[in-house]
Amino acid sequence: MTDNTAVAVPFMEVNPELCKGCQLCIGVCPKSVIAISQKLNSASYHPAYYTGQDCTGCGLCFYACPEPGAIRVIKP
Amino acid sequence: MKVFEKSPSFYQVFERKSGPAKEATHYCPGCGHGNAHKMIAEALEDLELTSKTVFISPVGCSVFAYYYFDCGNIQAAHGRAPAVATGVKRANPDSIVISYQGDGDLAAIGTAETIHAANRGENITVFFVNNAIYGMTGGQMAPTTMIGQRSATTPLGRVAGVHGNPIRMCEMLATLPAPTYIERVCIGDSKQIMKARKAVRKALQIQAEGKGYSFVEIVSPCPTGWKMDPVTARDWMTEEMLKVFPLGVYRDESGNREEGDWHRHYEGFDPAKVNPYLDRLKTSMTESEPVALKQDLNCKFAGFGGQGILTLGLFLSQIGMRAGQQVSWFPAYGPEMRGGTANCSVNLSSRRIGSPLVDEPNVLVVMNQPSLDAFEDSVVDGGTIIIDTTIVEGKPDGKRLNAVMIPATEIADQVGTPKIANVVVLGALAAATDAFTPEFCMETLRSVIKKKSLIEMNMEAFRKGYDFVKNS
Repeated sequence: MTDNTAVAVPFMEVNPELCKGCQLCIGVCPKSVIAISQKLNSASYHPAYYTGQDCTGCGLCFYACPEPGAIRVIKP
Repeated sequence: MKVFEKSPSFYQVFERKSGPAKEATHYCPGCGHGNAHKMIAEALEDLELTSKTVFISPVGCSVFAYYYFDCGNIQAAHGRAPAVATGVKRANPDSIVISYQGDGDLAAIGTAETIHAANRGENITVFFVNNAIYGMTGGQMAPTTMIGQRSATTPLGRVAGVHGNPIRMCEMLATLPAPTYIERVCIGDSKQIMKARKAVRKALQIQAEGKGYSFVEIVSPCPTGWKMDPVTARDWMTEEMLKVFPLGVYRDESGNREEGDWHRHYEGFDPAKVNPYLDRLKTSMTESEPVALKQDLNCKFAGFGGQGILTLGLFLSQIGMRAGQQVSWFPAYGPEMRGGTANCSVNLSSRRIGSPLVDEPNVLVVMNQPSLDAFEDSVVDGGTIIIDTTIVEGKPDGKRLNAVMIPATEIADQVGTPKIANVVVLGALAAATDAFTPEFCMETLRSVIKKKSLIEMNMEAFRKGYDFVKNS
């Protein structure tokens, strides 16, 4: 996970262990900054991840994600 | 700074969940339940309602909602969540009560509870997750399954002429005058999700203000049940399901209803009026010393409905309880209120009773001819058989059994009414078995007979039955 807290830019982060790889966040992201990882997590899903740039902190991915703790979005 | 993250209304770790992954839900990838849970948790937190919320989970995939929500939780029998919610809300009018149900639960087995809770205008909130299928049990057809949709029980697709049409609950409930707020939303694109969030919040707000019944239908994907990947499922839902289940507000009376109008608790309820009655029952059972039984009584009482057969069993049970014995009473009767046959099985024992059934009685009371034919042979050797000779013409095997012949109905009629033949029989039973003293039985009868004006007549009936046997 990228540590963007120091710089005042919005970002999202995915807990790769809680993500079930449904990809619903990818479809709703207006900036297309979320992608699916090639790696498998311990539940054998391909988790989503933030590509690292241009997140606006809109939070749409958070609400599209069915998992309570998988996505976190910070908008400074 | 704005942070979107897991709501504090969820447990941080889902300790109740079995297996590993105690921070992830048990829902399938792309399941709408998670989204709905998040919306509810967020609204509860923002409205500061979490600590007084009672969440009623249904039967269905969301049966485990109590794994997740850090509030009061009850899991209801299939379809009965609105009935349970009604009870919780009326007993705790200050709580926030959420009935969370799927389509199989709410629109099939629980249709009656759903409609009547809405019709009463209970001040509860119902969240109806409609995914057009029975998810948990393996994708069977639900009442909301679409025409043509394949499911485990409609492998060729749902056909209206065979399986009926998808039920539209919002539209149905909106025909009722009582509900305050009814809206259908969906977990589709971002705009729809944001609308759904608002609806969830509004529904809870209406309850918090005591403005009455709120119902939010959340059209939701079930990728596993539909056999689609999560993205395809979401698209199919927004393209196909919304044709049958149009989104929108079907009722909004929140602006016209006064705050607190729809609290459904009873101001006039006065425990002082009820407690003396309950206390009388309690004290009458605990005041006296236990009375030892010479032997266990396994009784069968049989006759026509209306002769007081079941009440006779209850009287003897009360006497047994008051004597400190273990007691069971098990009635068997037809649908007729009068005239059918009825019997009951009563066990009195100093030990715990394993089964309330009495297949081989040691006391049989017979108050009509068919019962003599049906049950005489089942009585154990040396057992007691009490026969009302006013009605029964046949005679039992007097060698094998201790036969007590008593014209109970005739005696009762002389006392005042044939209806108390059962108490005459009770007197005869007490005399024939010597299980309890007549004084002890009569004292118990005094406290259990509801109509006080009839007590003396019952005392006389009991005494006559007792004396008849003792003097014969």
